[in-house]
Amino acid sequence: MKYGYYPGCSLERNAAAYHQSAMAVAGPLGIDLVEIDDWNCCGATEYFSINLLPAYALVARNLALAQDQGISDQLVAPCSACFLNLTKTDRYMAESPKLAADVNEALAAGGLHYTPGSVRVRHLLDIIVNDVGYDVVAARVSKPLTGLRVAAYYGCLIVRPGYGGVFDDPEHPTTMDRLLRILGAEVVDFPLRAQCCGGHMTQISQEVAYEMIRRLLKNAADYEADVIATVCPMCQLNLDAYQANVNQFFNTDYMIPVLYFTQLMGLAFGVSPVDLGIGKEFVDARPALAKIGVAVPSNSNGRPRKKETSKEALPMPRLKEE
Amino acid sequence: MSEERVGVYICHCGSNIAGTVAVEEVSQWAAGLPNVVVSRDYKFMCSSLGQELMEKDIAELGLTRVVVAACSPHMHERTFRATCERAGLNPFLFEMANIRELDSWATDDRVAATQKAKAMVSAAVRRVIHHQPLQLLPVTINPNTLVVGGGVAGITAALEIANAGYHVYLVEREPSIGGHMAQLDKTFPTLDCSACILTPKMVDVAQNKNITLLSWSEVEAVEGYVGNFIVTVRKKARYVNEEKCTGCGICIEKCPKKVVDEVFEAGLGYRKAIYRPFPQAVPKYPVIDTASCIFFQRGKCRACQMFCPTEAIDFEQQDQILKLEVGNIILATGYDTFDPRRIPQYGYGRLANVFTSLEFERMVNAAGPTGGRIVLRDGVTTPKSVAIIHCVGSRDKNYNEHCSRVCCMYSLKFSHLLHERLPDAQVYEFYIDIRATAKRYEEFYHRILEEGTRFIRGRVAEVTDAARLPGEEGKLIVQYEDTLIGKQRRLPVDMVILSVGMEARRDSREVAQIFGLGCEYNGFFIERHPKLDPVNTMTEGIQIAGACQGPMAIPEAVAQGAAAAARVLSLISQGTVMMEPVRAHIDAEKCSGCRICNNLCPYNAIVFHEDRKVSEVITALCQGCGACVAACPSAAITGAHFTDEQVMAQIEGMLWDMQPQIAGTNIGVE
Amino acid sequence: MTTSTISARAPTFLDEVIARTPGEPHLERCIQCGTCGGSCPSGPDMEHTPRSLFALINAGLREEVLRSNTPWYCVSCYYCTVRCPQQIHITDVMYTLKRMAIDEGYYTESTARDAPEFSRTFIDFVESNGRSFELGLATAYHLRYRPLNAVSMAPMALGMLRRGRMDLTPTKIKGIKQLQAILNKAKELGGAK
Repeated sequence: MKYGYYPGCSLERNAAAYHQSAMAVAGPLGIDLVEIDDWNCCGATEYFSINLLPAYALVARNLALAQDQGISDQLVAPCSACFLNLTKTDRYMAESPKLAADVNEALAAGGLHYTPGSVRVRHLLDIIVNDVGYDVVAARVSKPLTGLRVAAYYGCLIVRPGYGGVFDDPEHPTTMDRLLRILGAEVVDFPLRAQCCGGHMTQISQEVAYEMIRRLLKNAADYEADVIATVCPMCQLNLDAYQANVNQFFNTDYMIPVLYFTQLMGLAFGVSPVDLGIGKEFVDARPALAKIGVAVPSNSNGRPRKKETSKEALPMPRLKEE
Repeated sequence: MSEERVGVYICHCGSNIAGTVAVEEVSQWAAGLPNVVVSRDYKFMCSSLGQELMEKDIAELGLTRVVVAACSPHMHERTFRATCERAGLNPFLFEMANIRELDSWATDDRVAATQKAKAMVSAAVRRVIHHQPLQLLPVTINPNTLVVGGGVAGITAALEIANAGYHVYLVEREPSIGGHMAQLDKTFPTLDCSACILTPKMVDVAQNKNITLLSWSEVEAVEGYVGNFIVTVRKKARYVNEEKCTGCGICIEKCPKKVVDEVFEAGLGYRKAIYRPFPQAVPKYPVIDTASCIFFQRGKCRACQMFCPTEAIDFEQQDQILKLEVGNIILATGYDTFDPRRIPQYGYGRLANVFTSLEFERMVNAAGPTGGRIVLRDGVTTPKSVAIIHCVGSRDKNYNEHCSRVCCMYSLKFSHLLHERLPDAQVYEFYIDIRATAKRYEEFYHRILEEGTRFIRGRVAEVTDAARLPGEEGKLIVQYEDTLIGKQRRLPVDMVILSVGMEARRDSREVAQIFGLGCEYNGFFIERHPKLDPVNTMTEGIQIAGACQGPMAIPEAVAQGAAAAARVLSLISQGTVMMEPVRAHIDAEKCSGCRICNNLCPYNAIVFHEDRKVSEVITALCQGCGACVAACPSAAITGAHFTDEQVMAQIEGMLWDMQPQIAGTNIGVE
Repeated sequence: MTTSTISARAPTFLDEVIARTPGEPHLERCIQCGTCGGSCPSGPDMEHTPRSLFALINAGLREEVLRSNTPWYCVSCYYCTVRCPQQIHITDVMYTLKRMAIDEGYYTESTARDAPEFSRTFIDFVESNGRSFELGLATAYHLRYRPLNAVSMAPMALGMLRRGRMDLTPTKIKGIKQLQAILNKAKELGGAK
């Protein structure tokens, strides 16, 4: 299965580990991620704050390139913010003929044109769980992550607002949980799984940003996670690189490594940690990873409070399990 | 050429038509059409003055045909036919052209609208000339009635009709009648005990000689038409012999299999595999749930049979298929509550102490799973703080756009009950608006204000157990914006009650299909007219009553049940109803006996005479759908009021401004 | 169902905000329920909750709205947008308010006056190179607007460099001229919207 691949600026350097591990697992999964030639930055959340039409044109250039280079009619973005911008642009151009006309007029100045709907943009997690499928992933697991307690952290933009369609629940997503379970990890409950990490707030207001990060770290710690799995470079940066700052600010001592889900996949597939970019994180992941295969899986499902089912207890409503 | 004398009347309908169609122009133009003797335009043809105008012309000008160009026939065809009749003209010598819904209300383009109006008038004029003086067909109304649904609306309807002396079949899907009202504890605003006011009526139903109660039964098929329905009902096997069962309840006591009662206890309590939904069930006979019964699943046990003192358990019992002949049907199938698992951020199903309103009703009910004690999910702990969240699943384009009408009131009621049972507890109500619209409702709200409930205006954003601030550990945290002070806040509480909205039954679309009704987008049944006719439907002989029509409280459901009963009684007392003569007729001379029509008829209205080798339409059953008319290869079948001549004339009339082009062709010539 | 008929009445501030937001943001549907204000992760730190801001917009209080720090504290998490019972595109409206605050200069009076500068610095690098350049962004922004902070950020910057997570020099795309032509045309067409 061939896809156009839009790594985004972060995956070039800051989140190179994400790119590296994605490439490492692509082969075993049977997907071919072909990078769009000469793509440009998607503008993150910055350009839309300043100037509307150039913001769309900036993103549209990438869509036009993907369309013209004809690698596939599907474009995969591993970064949630890039994913948002690409799907948003495609969607609004489709809904608003005026916007499409203006954007295309701008693109024409560069000799490009984009027909809305030509390229379908998907997140990397989406194609793995839906196109490749859990069974294929299960078949590639040679070194299950038994004993490793993982909190699956989705962040916000992968599941909201769904400009390109919704592949998981916007409030309580579970596809990554299921994926990690298949890798053999012990997936803990993580109620704040889709809460925002703060995005660029670290540059706007430290108090606000650090508080948002602290909440997530606390939640993961409450549920005794050994590691947090992410799908977005911004989330990884915030939770990882700023963990020390957060500890200093709030006088806490969180020490939870934050890895990309592709890194965990790679480990389960038997790829060496170095080839997955492990070691690039601020909070060292190696002590946690040392638990794999050594630690005994605990009985609790990550709940700090034990649930008692006594005789007097009233029945709970049943949930459709993932 | 014809000698018919046609009168044409173009209605302004105020500015509804005249605002877009140049009515005077059309009227003057129509005067020039062949056979038109008089053509007028008038502000409101349906008014008494308008009608008098027509009657006068019929009498003085000797009109033999009338055309009115106005609103939809659904609105006033009946009106104008009656006008003709009063003036001595057969009502079917009248034709209506809809230049409102199909013309002036469909466009802003005055030129196009006027042109279309002319085409429609021309069509009507040409057609009406070929009309025949038809007679209405009398249909006898079977005085038996079917009421589907034994909730408070259905019970009311059944009793009204039965007390008037006519027979009613009351079909209820659950083992007992009572519906949702039987689940409630106290009802607003009077705080009457729900069971206390309902059970006497339930007993009345059981004892009324004119009511045949078919519980644990479902309607599977409906055939026929008003006055003459044939309804197939499946009376499911209870595996209890009703003749022998005394209702003692020993079988229930001895049954070893306990399961969660998802229906009556709203999932908060248990029942046995053999059960009665609640102690005051009507009828009193228990029912075996074969999916949970150990005998039916694994062939063991039989405790109920062993202990029954009258040998009333019968594992061999079969479902019974009954064919009921009734004249009218009332659907009172009720509602379901919104499933809050669709709103994950409220935590229902994940967080133990989040309850739905229906669960809380059962909890607070003295005959409920906790004996009326208000406790947390552990069955033991008394909550000290309770948050009641309004508008769950309602007023929300992501779920149900409608306001569910009753939730504000029942939420206030919960407040009251909480204060009554737990005087030390603090109760919070989170609302967007307080809708207390009916009699004594606002006063009830004021009473609750005086009882110490904290009202917070803010639609709750999330309910979580992820503690953030001190004092939140171990609690449920309600996060919201207090919109009256403009601040986001978090409130730790012990218990959360979600005031879920009323929605249509999950299977309402399937049920509507069986009865031939329409459903709205959200599943509620469609009434004939939302303002003037809330209990009738577009299908003659079928009424709707209660929450299956839309969210409502008990008084409205009772009123609708009685209204539907009144409608039915009106038809029964008329004894005969006049039906439209739009029917098919087979000319025996032309019939070749091919029988293609026989199987096409959806109403089984065509019989084949073996001796004469011809088919014949049973007029009473024919609904005038026209399928046989179109299919007959010998053109032996005519559809009254829709003959080929009439339809062709209508088409020619439509194409009035293209006559020169088609004059030289075969189009329109038989 | 209906298409909007063009009315001759003078456009209000609300109309203006709606017009400058792509697609149909439906802001006129707001019933002030407060779900957005209750969901917002940075809500407690905003001068006005999103709902409150929409009430101010409805009331036509232009200056107060554009001076508010609210849009700058929006993290684009879209909780408000997916939970709004009237399906209002709240986050899109926040972006519009940011742009309007910049266009009309009000942002300088906001407590979040540095936020647009961050965005602008980011964009400067993208427009020059076609890619974002973190080291340049962080340095330029902090030195210019948060000099005191710059010192405390140094350890992290070094940490990033040491782990090979930050470039010392920017990367330029091949088609930078093409991109610049496109962006310039877009600016010319759209004005500062």
